[in-house]
Amino acid sequence: MREMRDKLVSRVKELLADGSCDRVIGWRAGEFCYDVTPEIFTADNVDEMIFDDFCGPNQSKYLVNAPKSDDKKIIVLLKPCDSYSYNELITEHRIQPEKIHAIGVPCTGMVDIDKIRAKGIAGITGIEEDEAGTMLTVHTIYGDSTVAKKDVLEDRCYFCKGKKHVAGDEMLVPDEEAPDTPEAGDRMAEVARLEAMAPQERFDFWRSQLSKCIRCNACRNACPACTCRTCVFDNPASGVSAKVNVNSFEENMFHIIRAFHVAGRCTDCGECSRVCPQNIPLHLLNRKFIKDIDELYGTFQAGAEPDVRGPLVSYTEGDAEASVVLRREN
Amino acid sequence: MQLTEEKTAGETAVEEEYTPLIVAFCCNWCSYSGADTAGSSRFQYPANIKIVRVPCSGRVNPLFILRAFQRGADGVIICGCHPGDCHYTTGNYYARRRMTLLFSMLDYLGIEPERIRMEWVSAAEGAKFAAVMNDFAATINRLGKNRKLRDLRCAK
Repeated sequence: MREMRDKLVSRVKELLADGSCDRVIGWRAGEFCYDVTPEIFTADNVDEMIFDDFCGPNQSKYLVNAPKSDDKKIIVLLKPCDSYSYNELITEHRIQPEKIHAIGVPCTGMVDIDKIRAKGIAGITGIEEDEAGTMLTVHTIYGDSTVAKKDVLEDRCYFCKGKKHVAGDEMLVPDEEAPDTPEAGDRMAEVARLEAMAPQERFDFWRSQLSKCIRCNACRNACPACTCRTCVFDNPASGVSAKVNVNSFEENMFHIIRAFHVAGRCTDCGECSRVCPQNIPLHLLNRKFIKDIDELYGTFQAGAEPDVRGPLVSYTEGDAEASVVLRREN
Repeated sequence: MQLTEEKTAGETAVEEEYTPLIVAFCCNWCSYSGADTAGSSRFQYPANIKIVRVPCSGRVNPLFILRAFQRGADGVIICGCHPGDCHYTTGNYYARRRMTLLFSMLDYLGIEPERIRMEWVSAAEGAKFAAVMNDFAATINRLGKNRKLRDLRCAK
């Protein structure tokens, strides 16, 4: 991982030096090594950029509000799953690819700090991956520990889309030579399990989850598909704007509408669940829409290629009637 | 003592008198005229169905439906022109996809999917309009009060 980071920084430096690009969206470690946030670096401070197993944040969304420049491009670093969001933003004309230089970076799965902590490891000061990428050495103030990387991955990485980038002007490592990504499970299994429950059980499950919502709006703010200038929930004229959920109805409404507004555009990057401080499995709402779209209107992966009409902005005359919901075997 | 008994009896009576509140979003060009046809042809349908006229079924935002439930609706029905007959050519096709996904999501959250329905009613189908509304009102009567998706502050 360290060699990859050095390779990445030297390539970025080359691009910044040749004059075609003048800034790069990279990742910076915060107070702790696992508090990683995206930040814009220039040639002056690019050495401070990091790239390790905590670099989960999807950078594509930050392109929407990054400072604009007429003659110089901005460099963005895309992991394979981020490249889907990048395509989706191009499709929706939210970013201009001719003003961006996208570098595809390899990814072998990102690590969830809470899962390392759950193993009883405290005082973490850094992590290091072995050559094969299977074991992690966790440095702590009490000494080093080792954990298997496959045990501490972020939840979304167990449903990895693979190592192939679907967008990018250049690849740091060609996709064929990139290290292998984690083995992917069936991402719809959990949705199917919920569908198989009795309605009251489902209601109770979602009530127990959504009632945890503190309405911090992190899911919306991190989502690369949520790029409205003014969100309906921030617009006083919409009648539904609110700073907090005052009752169970508003908890339900916020999450139904948030998921609905990205239906057909959600690439299932998993940022919403990753950033949720209350650990609400928000991706299960998005995946329900994806599952329905796949079953009713044909398999569709948002962002697999740019400039494709999504399932909710197209139709066929023979579409199922809405009453199909009542007849489906759940 | 007697007073308390009377009061209890009175409350039970109120419970039995429950009439559901139903909101119908009807498109201006077909279903709203369909309601008109039903009226002028003297077809009866329940008075507790409140019609909201929208320019097209494609105008119906999922928030409209959720807010109707918030404010105490027990059922919501969306009526539009038959597929292929939309005044704006394609509005109802888009509405159909959106509503299918919304209904499915409410079902996924454990909310009775029978409380929401989408029907195609043309301007000439007064009899169908009345039949659909009677049937929907009967369904909602059977389901009873909407308790799962409601803002209690809006309760009377």
